Amino acid sequence: MATLSADFSLPRRSFELRLGLEVERTVALVGPSGAGKSSVLRAIAGLLQPSAGRVALDGETWFDADGGVDLPPDERRVGLVFQDYALFPHLSVRANVAYGGKERVDELLERFRISHLAGARPGELSGGERQRVALARALARNPGALLLDEPLAALDAHTKSGVRAELQELLSDLELPTLIVTHDYEDAVALAGTVGVLVDGELRQIGAPEELISSPLDPFVASFTGANLLHGRTVGEENGLTRVQLESGELLYSTDPGSGEVGVVVYPWDVSVGRAYPDDSALNLVSGEVVSVVQVGNRVRVRIGPLTAEVTGASAERLGLARGGTVFASFKATGTRLVPLS
Amino acid sequence: MAGRRVRRALLGAVFLGAAAVALVFLVLPVVAIFSRVPPARLVHLLSTPIVTDALVVSLKTTAIAQALILLFGTPLAYLLASRRFAGRTLLVTLVELPLVLPPAVAGLGLLAAFGRFGLLGSTDRALGIDVSFTQTAVVMAVAFVSSPLYIRTAIAAFEGVDQDLVAASRTLGAGSTRTFFRVVLPLTRNGLAAGEALAFARGLGEFGATIMFAGSLQGVTQTLPLAIYAAFSLDFDVALAMGALLVVVSAVLLVTLRLILSWQPSRRISPSLVAPSS
Repeated sequence: MATLSADFSLPRRSFELRLGLEVERTVALVGPSGAGKSSVLRAIAGLLQPSAGRVALDGETWFDADGGVDLPPDERRVGLVFQDYALFPHLSVRANVAYGGKERVDELLERFRISHLAGARPGELSGGERQRVALARALARNPGALLLDEPLAALDAHTKSGVRAELQELLSDLELPTLIVTHDYEDAVALAGTVGVLVDGELRQIGAPEELISSPLDPFVASFTGANLLHGRTVGEENGLTRVQLESGELLYSTDPGSGEVGVVVYPWDVSVGRAYPDDSALNLVSGEVVSVVQVGNRVRVRIGPLTAEVTGASAERLGLARGGTVFASFKATGTRLVPLS
Repeated sequence: MAGRRVRRALLGAVFLGAAAVALVFLVLPVVAIFSRVPPARLVHLLSTPIVTDALVVSLKTTAIAQALILLFGTPLAYLLASRRFAGRTLLVTLVELPLVLPPAVAGLGLLAAFGRFGLLGSTDRALGIDVSFTQTAVVMAVAFVSSPLYIRTAIAAFEGVDQDLVAASRTLGAGSTRTFFRVVLPLTRNGLAAGEALAFARGLGEFGATIMFAGSLQGVTQTLPLAIYAAFSLDFDVALAMGALLVVVSAVLLVTLRLILSWQPSRRISPSLVAPSS
């Protein structure tokens, strides 16, 4: 299987984008908007010119600042799927797909279940259909690597889960080095085996999704993976545990070492919620008023002061969780991670 | 209460009155052209040599000028729309300048540049050409005053193209030439046609620059507007017949333009029709 390597720096308006990536299977870059995610894809595709570095697909060098190589986009074997799909509005679905290459049009139309739309114009299609056309068009030129810019952002929540599953299947069938950028950590995890967190043009951490969750190196990474991030400062040790005093006054314990200003990272699903003072092994306790109760699928997200907990619908019902009630939230010292705050 | 109602009624009357005056003022001259001479005689008058000669000169020079405008103006507009460089705004302003230039000044400028004793006059003489007071001069005058209308509209049309579509075309393996002809041009076709129609109308009515740079020689440089001017002191009815002819041609153009623009309701280009000035 081929490897797409991108190692470059690219000056943007407010920061310098620096990146070192080796894409073998599927890599997803997550980050807030304005982090430079789309610029990464554009630089690889040849639409933006890095100031230094190298972009290559296996032996083919697409860009090399030192070697003076800078292939135009049409000479890079890359399939870029734009966030808004960028289908040609004046061409039919068939002509859009054929624009990338004429040999496999019928096969691709069939594969993406858009044969019946061959004569339609992009303006007549739904979001999911447009995405299928965009993917078919990108694959029609037989790319050596696939770049997907926010592949699920333009879809409504209803279509999204179905399309996500399809995309998952497609990517595993294709066996192409694929780089996805998205602002949604869940999408990244669903689609890619390796996830990188890009903030202000800088790759803060890259690894398997479990790795980012179990040992985030950075507060941004923690918040992107959906963790609670409680600000505090360390106040010594006790029985080998780090004691952290939160800004709100509570004392927490963590098995992680740390000193000075730290963020306590704890995942919502590691937080238990109770009506009475808990008498169990959890060392950390935050009591407070329930600020919000939101149903998310079969789970319920409860906000207690600065903390978000996730419980099952059944538990929420049994506890009678509602806004305004006072509850105890507890979590184990072993469930916390400390990240330095700068 | 009553005062307010009266004031409102009065304001309404003032608006209606002003609108009526404006409407009559704009429509009356056009109606007058057709009403003074009976239609049958109008058609007869159109077959006099002065009219047919002028019509041929007008159509020929306008057609050549418009072809040149499309050929040279389109690349210029595309470059000005797609490239960002220092001095771009200044360049766009310079290109648009002939639009607001008094036609007499335009004619003077053409003479000063290409005339016998002009800037390029010595080059012309060396090559054995003298453009002033020839049909070539008419073409140049028409192209000079009308091309800014086309270029300006074309720049707006090119700027309206979603740059992601251009980028998509490139990543799909199309070079910049193929991208231009298969994506940019089809998407801007209507805008370009609208600009061309404006330039055509302006070129057809060209008077001032032409008479200064090309003169008014029947059958050679005398276009319809120049022939109208030459005829109206001698035979007012012949002048009217030519006037009617120009009104019809302009009206057909305007209707065509309207149709073109109504086919693209979402486009942001809505050029105001500049009346051919003389």
